[in-house]
Amino acid sequence: MSSHEHYYVPAQSKWPIIATLGLLISVYGVGTWFNDLSANREGSNGPLIFFIGGLFLAYMLFGWFGNVIKESRSGLYSAQMDRSFRWGMSWFIFSEVMFFAAFFGVLFYVRTWAGPWLGGEGDKGISNMLWEGFEYTWPLLNTPDPKLYPAPSGVIGAWGLPLINTILLVSSSFTLTFAHHALRKNQRKPLTLWLALTVLLGAAFLVLQIEEYIHAYTELGLTLGSGIYGATFFMLTGFHGAHVTMGAIILTVMLIRVMRGHFTGEQHFGFEAAAWYWHFVDVVWIGLFVFVYVL
Amino acid sequence: MSAVIDHGHAGHDHHHGPAKGLMRWVLTTNHKDIGSMYLWFSFAMFLLGGSMAMVIRAELFQPGLQIVQPEFFNQMTTMHGLIMVFGAVMPAFVGLANWMIPLMIGAPDMALPRMNNFSFWLLPAAFGLLVSTLFMEGGGPNFGWTFYAPLSTTYAPESVTFFIFAVHLMGISSIMGAINVVATILNLRAPGMTLMKMPLFVWTWLITAFLLIAVMPVLAGCVTMMLMDIHFGTSFFSAAGGGDPVLFQHVFWFFGHPEVYIMILPAFGAVSSIIPAFARKPLFGYTSMVYATASIAFLSFIVWAHHMFTVGIPLTGELFFMYATMLIAVPTGVKVFNWASTMWRGSMTFEAPMLFSVAFVILFTIGGFSGLMLAIAPADFQYHDTYFVVAHFHYVLVPGAIFGIFASAYYWLPKWTGYMYDETLAKLHFWMSFIGMNLAFFPMHFVGLAGMPRRIPDYNMMFANFNMVSSIGAFMFGVTQLLFLFIVIKCIRGGKPAGAKPWDGAEGLEWTVPSPAPYHTFSTPPDVK
Repeated sequence: MSSHEHYYVPAQSKWPIIATLGLLISVYGVGTWFNDLSANREGSNGPLIFFIGGLFLAYMLFGWFGNVIKESRSGLYSAQMDRSFRWGMSWFIFSEVMFFAAFFGVLFYVRTWAGPWLGGEGDKGISNMLWEGFEYTWPLLNTPDPKLYPAPSGVIGAWGLPLINTILLVSSSFTLTFAHHALRKNQRKPLTLWLALTVLLGAAFLVLQIEEYIHAYTELGLTLGSGIYGATFFMLTGFHGAHVTMGAIILTVMLIRVMRGHFTGEQHFGFEAAAWYWHFVDVVWIGLFVFVYVL
Repeated sequence: MSAVIDHGHAGHDHHHGPAKGLMRWVLTTNHKDIGSMYLWFSFAMFLLGGSMAMVIRAELFQPGLQIVQPEFFNQMTTMHGLIMVFGAVMPAFVGLANWMIPLMIGAPDMALPRMNNFSFWLLPAAFGLLVSTLFMEGGGPNFGWTFYAPLSTTYAPESVTFFIFAVHLMGISSIMGAINVVATILNLRAPGMTLMKMPLFVWTWLITAFLLIAVMPVLAGCVTMMLMDIHFGTSFFSAAGGGDPVLFQHVFWFFGHPEVYIMILPAFGAVSSIIPAFARKPLFGYTSMVYATASIAFLSFIVWAHHMFTVGIPLTGELFFMYATMLIAVPTGVKVFNWASTMWRGSMTFEAPMLFSVAFVILFTIGGFSGLMLAIAPADFQYHDTYFVVAHFHYVLVPGAIFGIFASAYYWLPKWTGYMYDETLAKLHFWMSFIGMNLAFFPMHFVGLAGMPRRIPDYNMMFANFNMVSSIGAFMFGVTQLLFLFIVIKCIRGGKPAGAKPWDGAEGLEWTVPSPAPYHTFSTPPDVK
């Protein structure tokens, strides 16, 4: 098999160590910042340290990915290398699936077990004696200890903004697929248009999501601190939103590359990886819409 | 394959030697360099975590408080566990994987060499951050290596924030390392190296990598929820807001139980290469070994609540997790049976790798049996949080994981350095470790059954004698590891030159390249018959 003959092993690289330093400095900054916030200490230098770490990371991202793109375009990558990237990306997405699974698991656990027990249901309902008279409902509009965790006055209904967001995100998966088909047929113009539309749909989703958060915080009293409903709601939708942001940035990079004439109908794994990621984010949203908003 | 390959470019990269100086190590993309760094890092952490164990055993040498305050004792038990699990055992196996998997499957390097370097360098960063918490105001993590909420949230020292980020860095490192291993094994095997021809070490690592990718993100989610509870007012682990502290334990152990197999499966693979080599017989039941490993990995996902029998889970849960846990004894039994059958009527010799492997089989089995005892839910109410548990998991981790690593190190040292290690000293290392380790951990079964609680710096007078024995054994085991350091350094500096295949019963592609293995191997893949 000729594809086995010359597997590209890159020479030394400075990017990993820069990435390491960037991450270390960033998390040290974030940690300092959070600790100072919680202890009400003024004049924290956490944000500055975090910013410096972020600069390292931004430099690394440009450099490392730039390196890879250059290598790819100069034909260093064999079909076997391409498969390594495919395995790598697939397993990375699997790890992301498990990350979200942890939070979905929390939601299911609270709704199936911990919540009803606190409300006095079943054998384990003795935990109700901690806060006697606490009645469990979902959405949780009263918390066991409202002084510590003030309950929200309402939650976001499924059939307003979230439904629109669902339509936006699902459509964006379709437009991305149209872009991919265009790329395969080497039709550059529809490719650019469909891809740009995908990014726009993603951005629109994010704008509405922010709108929803503002509504929740200012009008409903639904916050991170309003009991387990708010905690799971913001954790799940928040991490999803962060992933949409990431996906939209990746797709924007792909759009720039497309406009610069990168990718061919046969070789475009960078584009495909971004598409996989986008579809994954979309699937997570379907789960969110069903289990967080509808049910 | 119809790929267009630029031979001019791809060819020349393979033929340079290592760069000079410190930057060779900082910038390297070579799997052997990175493997060596992982192994040295792991050993450094082994000594650091070990010295914390020495502090613990010194305090427990006698009842009463002599040497450290309870607060510091708590930090020692916590950091000892964290450093040994994440800093010593896991990186050692990743180091072995880096060194050996490409050699075993005939690959030119790991599939994603730059990411490989990134995975390694994140570890010193993560552990630098973790260890620095000891010097922060309020002290380091003091809530046990399992960091149960609310001890680790509401009642934690401020440094817990940095602990959380250190865990994140370790997690990123592990996930990237595991992805690299999977991509290497699935994509870079030499032509003819079918899956069922792979050495078992490669198989067990493939499955371990899958476990890592599946559960490290769950750990990340777990510590992220802690972070939110501590700083942003969420109530994941607080019942006052409708959450549940027990939820923490579910999430943690969903990660934690596969994690213990992450620490043992690669050792299974290594001894499955070593025992046939020194019994001069092929491994008995190769296929069943593969399936047993896969079964253990699958079961590891559905047994987590056996760590939580006393926390008040429903009866159905107790029963399910009890039976599921006992089921693990079946594939594990298959493995022990296969190792024993491999030795049966073999022409055995007992060089250091074999000594450690045989001890592995026997002592790991003891740890497995105490595990079965702990799996019995009603009995666990007596054992829970006693020294019996400490004895159990040290029996699977020390003569299991650590002896597996020692066996691997001695087995492959000639390949790494080009010299034979000092066999006499290595045997001394084995016997001192063997005796020290049993002295340290066997009495813990007795004090545990009698009710001595774990993680407490003081204890009842009635446990005094056994604890003294334990401490003496632990000191002996600890000091002995300096001998190991000496043996390795001596072996690197010289000795009897090793041939390409220094063990006459050894099998595998790694023995077809010269010793020491050249900087680049299998740039063109070998043909596997």
